[in-house]
Amino acid sequence: MTVKATTAGIPGASPASRRFSWNWLGVVPFFAFAIAFMFLPITFLVVGSFQSAGQWTLANYIGLGDAYIQTAYRNSIILSAITAIGGGILGFLIAAALVLGRLPRALTAGMLTFSGVASNFAGVPLALAFVFTIGNNGLLTKLLDEHLGINIVTQAGFSLYSILGLAIVYMYFQLPLMILIIVPAIEGLRKDWREAALNLGATPRQYWRSIALPILMPTILGTIILLFGNAFGAQATAFQLTGGTIPIAPVVIGTQIRGDVLRNPGLGYAMAMGMVVIMGISIGLYSLLQRRAERWLRS
Amino acid sequence: MSGPAPVVDAARLADDLDAPPRGRRRERGALWAWVVVIIAITYFIVPLISTLEFSLRAAVKDPVTGEFIRPSLQAYTLVFNDPKFIDALLYSFRMALVTIAVSLLLLVPTAFWVRLKLPRLRPVVELVTLMPFVIPPVILVFGLIRTYSGQPFAIISTPLGADAVLVGAYVVLSFPYMYRAVDTGLASIDLRSLTEAAQSMGAGWPRILWSVIFPNLRSALLSGAFLTLAIVIGEYTIANFLVGTKPFGPYLSLLGQNKAYEPAAVSLISFGITWAAMLMILIVGRGGGRGRAPVTGAR
Repeated sequence: MTVKATTAGIPGASPASRRFSWNWLGVVPFFAFAIAFMFLPITFLVVGSFQSAGQWTLANYIGLGDAYIQTAYRNSIILSAITAIGGGILGFLIAAALVLGRLPRALTAGMLTFSGVASNFAGVPLALAFVFTIGNNGLLTKLLDEHLGINIVTQAGFSLYSILGLAIVYMYFQLPLMILIIVPAIEGLRKDWREAALNLGATPRQYWRSIALPILMPTILGTIILLFGNAFGAQATAFQLTGGTIPIAPVVIGTQIRGDVLRNPGLGYAMAMGMVVIMGISIGLYSLLQRRAERWLRS
Repeated sequence: MSGPAPVVDAARLADDLDAPPRGRRRERGALWAWVVVIIAITYFIVPLISTLEFSLRAAVKDPVTGEFIRPSLQAYTLVFNDPKFIDALLYSFRMALVTIAVSLLLLVPTAFWVRLKLPRLRPVVELVTLMPFVIPPVILVFGLIRTYSGQPFAIISTPLGADAVLVGAYVVLSFPYMYRAVDTGLASIDLRSLTEAAQSMGAGWPRILWSVIFPNLRSALLSGAFLTLAIVIGEYTIANFLVGTKPFGPYLSLLGQNKAYEPAAVSLISFGITWAAMLMILIVGRGGGRGRAPVTGAR
């Protein structure tokens, strides 16, 4: 079987390959696994979202108009948008500083390695680290209080356990992700483009506004959308910090898994589907923009 | 930096190489770049310092004078003497190793077979491996729990069954970057010639995969493996819902609610594990290029 199978696999050298082939058997384990641990569970949620008391219905999706669920979605979208746009702009600045700032190579390399670590440092330990920093008894909270007389909690009304607090924490994994993706894009800007522009009499500012930024824009926008999805799906960090006191979509779904807090299983499934749809749209937009970005940045 | 150059400072050398060809001015970096990077470093490092400071706050009683001494390593001593900590860490390590093994055994043969025999199926397999981007962990575990807690597949109620579903979920999470690593690794070797050479020497498919394909993909596979390790060790959401507080992430979460200083020590240890895994990836070499940051992490 072995030798025959090889010749049949060479494209153009297969006069008799129209015959039935057993080659597809090789991918059965992969698809079986994907069905068991991904498609079947998602199908369960999809079917459940269209059912109520054994009847097919759209009631669950209409139920998403409920004020509590709307708040949860709105909070999630605000949190994700703030950290995506903020993380995108600030991450771009940091990446630009690393690539174009003529900083010591060791510093640049160190920051990039750190970004790899920090983009994976999230969830419970990250939430705790910020509790120790700007929580009610955090180190920074205390230092600011003792030395500057500013208590960010009691005087400035800051709370780590709010949308703003969560946004500050989320930046810890949003910024590194932006840096990791955008650094290669900035490195891909060719030196001759800049020199050509400057030789033609453009100022560095004009070069950035008319050439570099337009070329980078699809990558920047695409990555910002990716960051949106990245924050939107995050559950552990928010749950550890708020314990469910602020309704955020993934946290509400978490409590729904435990104890049917929405008092309607079908509504929980519909809410999960809503998250999948939003994630799907953002990832779809991301890959669309990425394809567009590749047109220029082929280095 | 290839030859032995003991006198030349590596960072300076890199600077010179980076400098524009005409201006031989030796600059120490642009001011704006320094400002941006220093602010970024501050943001990234202060939470780590606070966590360290917190972890050293636990006081230890001097056996002679009876005084309380701080700072001390008491929190670390307590943690390392806590059998639950060791158990949680070992459990998560075990789950990570099984996940890596299953993921490799599933994806390497699949990617190999698809490239060799079923090239038309490649976009489909790729799309399936990218699906986890659209499905946040909290949604995946939601579906898994509902699927595997009811008839006809009620396996979550047994410890072994719950572990199996947990590994299944982690393997799914590893799909996007693991498949990408394997596939780019395969693209860089002449698959057809290697396979035919092995076949002509009488090797069967298992032998080809084990002795020819795996060794050629080593650095790509190791990168994927260490990334999986980093993600699985700290994962909270899926672990917590499927098996409770046994794994490392949920253990730390619980500790964070009950203890004062130990959580800081464990958070730092967790950060150290992520660091170690990322450094290993750097050491084994880049398997798949830069900017390959995963989005499906333990957030």
